Amino acid sequence: MDLSEINFAVLVASLVVASTPLVLAALGELIVEKSGVLNLGVEGMMIIGAVTGFIVGVETGSAYIGMMAAAMAGALLSLLFAFIILIMQANQVASGLALTIFGLGIAALMGHPYTGIKSPQISTISIPFISEIPVLGTMFFQHDLIVYLSLISVLVIWYFLNRMRAGLILRSVGEDHDVAHSLGYRVVTIRFLAITFGGAMAGVGGGYLSLVRVPQWTEGMTAGAGWIALALVVFSGWRPFRLLIGAYIFGGITILQLNLQAIGVNINIALLSMAPYLATILALVVISISRFRGNRGAPGCLGRSFVKIT
Amino acid sequence: MNNKIENTLFQSRAINKEFGNVRANNDISINVRSSQIHALLGENGAGKSTLVKIIYGLLQPDSGSMTFLSEEYSPKSPKDARALGVGMVFQHFSLFEPLTAFENILVGLDKELGEKELHASVIMLSESYGLEVNLSSFIGDLSAGERQRVEIIRALIQKPKLLIMDEPTSVLTPFECESLFKTLKKLASEGTSILYISHKLKEIADLCDTASVLRKGAIVGEYDPKKMTPRELGEIMVGQSLFEPKRPVAANKSNKVLSVKINEVKPDTQFGVTLKNIDLAVYQSEILGIGGVAGNGQEELMQVLTGEKKDRNVSIKYMDNDIEMLNPRERREIGLAFAPEERLGHAAVGNLNLLENSLITDPKKRFQMKMGFIDFSELNEYTNEIIEKFNVKTTGVSALASSLSGGNLQKFVVGREIGQKPSLFIVNQPTWGVDALSAANIRQAIVDIANTGAAIILISQDLDEILEISNKVAFLTNGNLSIPTNTMDIKTDEIGAIMGGISD
Repeated sequence: MDLSEINFAVLVASLVVASTPLVLAALGELIVEKSGVLNLGVEGMMIIGAVTGFIVGVETGSAYIGMMAAAMAGALLSLLFAFIILIMQANQVASGLALTIFGLGIAALMGHPYTGIKSPQISTISIPFISEIPVLGTMFFQHDLIVYLSLISVLVIWYFLNRMRAGLILRSVGEDHDVAHSLGYRVVTIRFLAITFGGAMAGVGGGYLSLVRVPQWTEGMTAGAGWIALALVVFSGWRPFRLLIGAYIFGGITILQLNLQAIGVNINIALLSMAPYLATILALVVISISRFRGNRGAPGCLGRSFVKIT
Repeated sequence: MNNKIENTLFQSRAINKEFGNVRANNDISINVRSSQIHALLGENGAGKSTLVKIIYGLLQPDSGSMTFLSEEYSPKSPKDARALGVGMVFQHFSLFEPLTAFENILVGLDKELGEKELHASVIMLSESYGLEVNLSSFIGDLSAGERQRVEIIRALIQKPKLLIMDEPTSVLTPFECESLFKTLKKLASEGTSILYISHKLKEIADLCDTASVLRKGAIVGEYDPKKMTPRELGEIMVGQSLFEPKRPVAANKSNKVLSVKINEVKPDTQFGVTLKNIDLAVYQSEILGIGGVAGNGQEELMQVLTGEKKDRNVSIKYMDNDIEMLNPRERREIGLAFAPEERLGHAAVGNLNLLENSLITDPKKRFQMKMGFIDFSELNEYTNEIIEKFNVKTTGVSALASSLSGGNLQKFVVGREIGQKPSLFIVNQPTWGVDALSAANIRQAIVDIANTGAAIILISQDLDEILEISNKVAFLTNGNLSIPTNTMDIKTDEIGAIMGGISD
């Protein structure tokens, strides 16, 4: 065993890649939950994105086209969810769970002929000048387009929620849909849009998993990433930057434990594999306790059906 | 004649609206002239709210038409209404509790406005109309009175030509009311018409130019409130003669039921009020009225009295027992009853029906049979009795609490507490949003239990109510309670000074 075999800069660079699917899916869910909807189908939308992205990527030979297809597939599946809970006003928890089961099943069916095929390459874009900075350059500035997009999304979503009127309206729909309705905002339309956005983001996250992170298709390859994304949203207190930190902690420990396994550290493999989940939960629990009293994070109407009152 | 038509700002013609089998609005035609304050009077459930929701675009009429500024007017949503110049201040505050006052104002606007610009105009509005608000505080930490000021600012900032106000004074003190009336009169003189819903007949006489009276969904007539006494108006409104409750005779004055001594109790939130130097006692068959402007410690005092907030530095003696460390349930079990101000979510659970809401405060376990089963026949009887005695308008005992209008739920909550025959009843704002007849009923019921030996602490911002039925009064100012005085000995001109904290 030799810890010096682990290159710190490369480790950080790969943790960024490992965390990107989580960041994307969790950001999408953050917006969905801010609108007052709890979509437990993230896992299902991710895997649909993963399989669709992979198939389209292989058939067209372009990872980017694959990624776009993944977004569309995720969005399409989320529309089904939106229809069930917004129009038919079904229970959100049950519908979300069903969405996950449905997604996992249909993805296995679609992906069967594509098992074991290699995916098209995605090119990395080294940002001129700053990618040359030693260590830091390797860590953050020699990645593919999607990684940069995920980081920009964190910024944009923070700005949208905290500095823009549209973000304020989205939040107010999530806090109290009856009041928002009485002010004349279209609760159902706004939630439709939020759910679709969440679906697309989960889809891209899934597509990134099968096209870049792994990169190949295996059944059930999301392996609970959707659930981790859901947990990240809650533990981050519905805040984009904390969400990013949480995702990187999870990704970081995943990568670290893989590295440790590779160099043959004398720790039980089961314990190592468990480590990322454990550490993420611990870290985020600590963050959420230390937050100021009076939790203003959770949207007031989260998970509640909107019924027009007269 | 021509002149009159030209002056018309808003007109509705034969508006009809049905919910299921209930005709909420039946051929309603009203005519609001420009620069006028037009009162809409009626009992709870007379159809006022339905009518203003139609005018504000929240509901669409089944038939009938409206004109606004001489043009056909049929708003599909409140946005349409606001765009055309109709604003509204709601009875149940339409504010987002986790957002700040400023964000709430921002979200009510239809245009994107620069934050600085908005800040400036909000401050200008609040200064010129005396609507004081801390813009950065969260709505959840504000008192009812402060919340309403936020709502009023939010409506005024869009410069409406017709402003609908649904019971705006129900949470204001006389002083605040006066400044609101000045605001409204100023607005009217500047050309804004106001459609004013209220149960307070005296203020309608003071304020309004015209009054349309509704009863059971239909217009009874249009009256000039300046030429009528409030009593006459009230009788037209309810369709029968009104009575005034008399204060209890206070026969058993020597038996002290509760004494409270508070040196200092700090609030839970940074926007709360610190209670200081409170020393009060209430005797059997006596009503102690506690007045004061909203947000001067009413909520905090109520929490200490109910046991929602326990504090070792407080001394509460109930019939010779120290009860300051008992929780609300334990206090109820020894004969106290409470009706807090906030009806939904505090006094009653919205998603439970009325039966279940009766059951959740059952200190004497009268609805419980052996082995913990619920005695439904007893519970049914009890709940039906409340509905009947307090004239609660509802579809029945299995209606959800949230389906009742504010005033009706209030009647239910007070009835539920009084029905437990408490030895000490502590009530905060018992008649807020309740119409004249029902308010008189509630007051009479409070007086009745006092006459049978109960002690009452009545916290209210309605000064008339306190002076009408209390034996003693005290006022809360900044968390301080003035020394309780006999109601008979107090002069009205002194009250303002006490409430303003000058007597300290």
